[in-house]
Amino acid sequence: MAELSYRDAVIRGIAQEMARDPDVVFLGEDVAKAGGVFKATVGLYEQFGPLRVRDTPISEQAILGAAMGAAMTGLKPIAEIMFSDFFAVCFDYIANEFPKSRYMSNGQTKCPLVVRTGNGAGSRFGAQHSQSVENWCMMIPGLKVVAPSTPLDVIGLLAAAVRDPDPVIFLEHKSLYATKGEVPDGEIVDTLGTAKIVRPGKDTTIIALALMVPRALEAAEKLKAEHGIDAEVVDVRSLVPLDTQTILGSVAKTHRLFTVEENPRLCGWGAEIVSIVADEAFYDLDGPPVRITTPHIPLPAADILEDAVLPTPQRIAETVRRCLES
Amino acid sequence: MATVKDRAPAGLGLNDDIGEQKRLALYRSQVRLREAEQRAYDLFLQNLVKGTSHLSLGQEAIAAGFAEAMVKGDLSFCTYRGHAHTLARGVPVEKVLGELMQRDNGLMRGKGGSMHLTSEEHGVMGSYAIIGAHLPIACGAAWRAQYKGDKDVSVCFFGDGTTNIGAFHEALNFAAVWKLPVVFVCENNLYMEYTPIADVTAVEHPAADRASAYGLERIVIDGNDADVVYRAAQKAFAKARAGEGPSLIECMTYRHSGHSRADPAKYRPDGELDRWKLRDPIKIYRERLKQFGVAEKVIADIDAQVRQEVDDATEACKAAPNPPLDIITTDVYADGGWAWRN
Ligand SMILES: Cc1ncc(C[n+]2csc(CCOP(=O)(O)OP(=O)(O)O)c2C)c(N)n1
Ligand SMILES: [Mg+2]
Repeated sequence: MAELSYRDAVIRGIAQEMARDPDVVFLGEDVAKAGGVFKATVGLYEQFGPLRVRDTPISEQAILGAAMGAAMTGLKPIAEIMFSDFFAVCFDYIANEFPKSRYMSNGQTKCPLVVRTGNGAGSRFGAQHSQSVENWCMMIPGLKVVAPSTPLDVIGLLAAAVRDPDPVIFLEHKSLYATKGEVPDGEIVDTLGTAKIVRPGKDTTIIALALMVPRALEAAEKLKAEHGIDAEVVDVRSLVPLDTQTILGSVAKTHRLFTVEENPRLCGWGAEIVSIVADEAFYDLDGPPVRITTPHIPLPAADILEDAVLPTPQRIAETVRRCLES
Repeated sequence: MATVKDRAPAGLGLNDDIGEQKRLALYRSQVRLREAEQRAYDLFLQNLVKGTSHLSLGQEAIAAGFAEAMVKGDLSFCTYRGHAHTLARGVPVEKVLGELMQRDNGLMRGKGGSMHLTSEEHGVMGSYAIIGAHLPIACGAAWRAQYKGDKDVSVCFFGDGTTNIGAFHEALNFAAVWKLPVVFVCENNLYMEYTPIADVTAVEHPAADRASAYGLERIVIDGNDADVVYRAAQKAFAKARAGEGPSLIECMTYRHSGHSRADPAKYRPDGELDRWKLRDPIKIYRERLKQFGVAEKVIADIDAQVRQEVDDATEACKAAPNPPLDIITTDVYADGGWAWRN
């Protein structure tokens, strides 16, 4: 057991998989000699050498295209796109190529790769370096989409993503890189498509992802301490595949549902969850499901403005209290 | 019309570096592509080819020349105009026509359509319909060969119009910097869809005139002469296999048909098509064989055998059932299904 940062967990997860399988290779901008702009790949170049850990030109299409070609022909590439906002310049691969080649070829083509990227707000970088783009990825049939919230989950889910035979988008939250958590020694492998109840409770279900998980947990403690409301917090972890059983099970127990989403409101992942619950567990609900999201705006840069738009523990707790008491 | 810098050396004879067997194979391949695609067009006019289709009529020497220079294990990455490249790697005509006719006997049972022909067992690693997307993908396959010490070459075919999209430039630079065993083949048929390439490109030769930006040799060849194409391919493949990096080859050619479907190609100036038809690759090659002393009967036999294959394939496709509805949800994910939730 050791305390590890989320950033170091990324390094350990990649290293674990590269040490296990020589077909795992890693490419991206500034990732090798420099160790990554978020320092989340430091030491990999030294450990695995220049043939397996490769710096690329600033060519997002070439990075993802090359990862795909390598994956189709036998490697298990991990590609880094520095900021998830840059998905927009290589979206062809994410939307048209990775997820559709197997289907269009009637099962001939494989695409076992992982795209890691820094996602989300908190760094005060403004509207083109702070977005939460999980909903851009979730809408595409053929992709898998994962977003861990703890160092332990980073390692386990990254390992599962690398071993998965499908293309996986792995969203690391930039504001979580410095956070720490306990991690056991030895190999860690988790399972995609599994949500986790990170705080059991009986009065309401709060579903969150990535940075919103610690905020939902803080809100739950506040609700308990100040209002005696016992909230259950579910970390979705994997948007595709989606563990609806854990979500429906929690709602069946608490009879209330809140989603906490960093993505802008329209077509956020919580809308899908609310729709599933409405379809399949409507009579379990004692009140309307409520989505707590970033408003539908480009993100402002200034700290005071950014802080005002992301869901905070205060806003989450206040919304839950108001809805439960009304 | 662009000038052609490289021509087949005349008078070397049938048993020169290419040799009789390979020449007959090059001829057979070109005739096969021509017959199969002409049939596809006829079937389109009969409403039996559904969706769209993009023919390479007039460009057969490129597909045949490169495919005949490839060996088993070499990989082809094609565009929506990919019937010829797919057939040239040995995929049966029935499989291609079946996909165009959207029948269950098609190469991908109708799940891909004419623009996405794929046959990995023949080294056809997909046909890509987003302009330029497959150039980086070919780089990745070449990277795998380099990493694993495999000797195969990745060959990527695309048009003149593709040289103006970002992925082209990203891939060329990437391949050059990483010294990848990939060969980029630009089929310059003078038009993007309907617009002449010269109207939208800063240089005369859209691919070759950019080569120097990536430290590559400037190569422009006669894409209507299968011997010239074959020799250029061999040279580039040898370079790739020797670990000396990528090549970019611009092949001058012309499509006899419209861009797609029943495009009448009204945008072409009068006489242009006729001039290019004088340089029809199949006519050129038939003449060469005769000039080299190949008997008329040998040529006629090849023509008849090819015709028979295409006729048989047509009948088989017409008799084939539609794909069953239960394949709609197969192969979205690697487990064979489409489940996105539990
Ligand atoms: C990104 C993208 N833009 C536009 C198109 C539409 N489109 C299909 S084919 C084509 C022309 C391509 O010209 P060229 O590269 O010369 O190939 P050719 O069709 O002549 O073989 C265009 C513009 C597309 N498929 N993808
Ligand atoms: Mg063209």
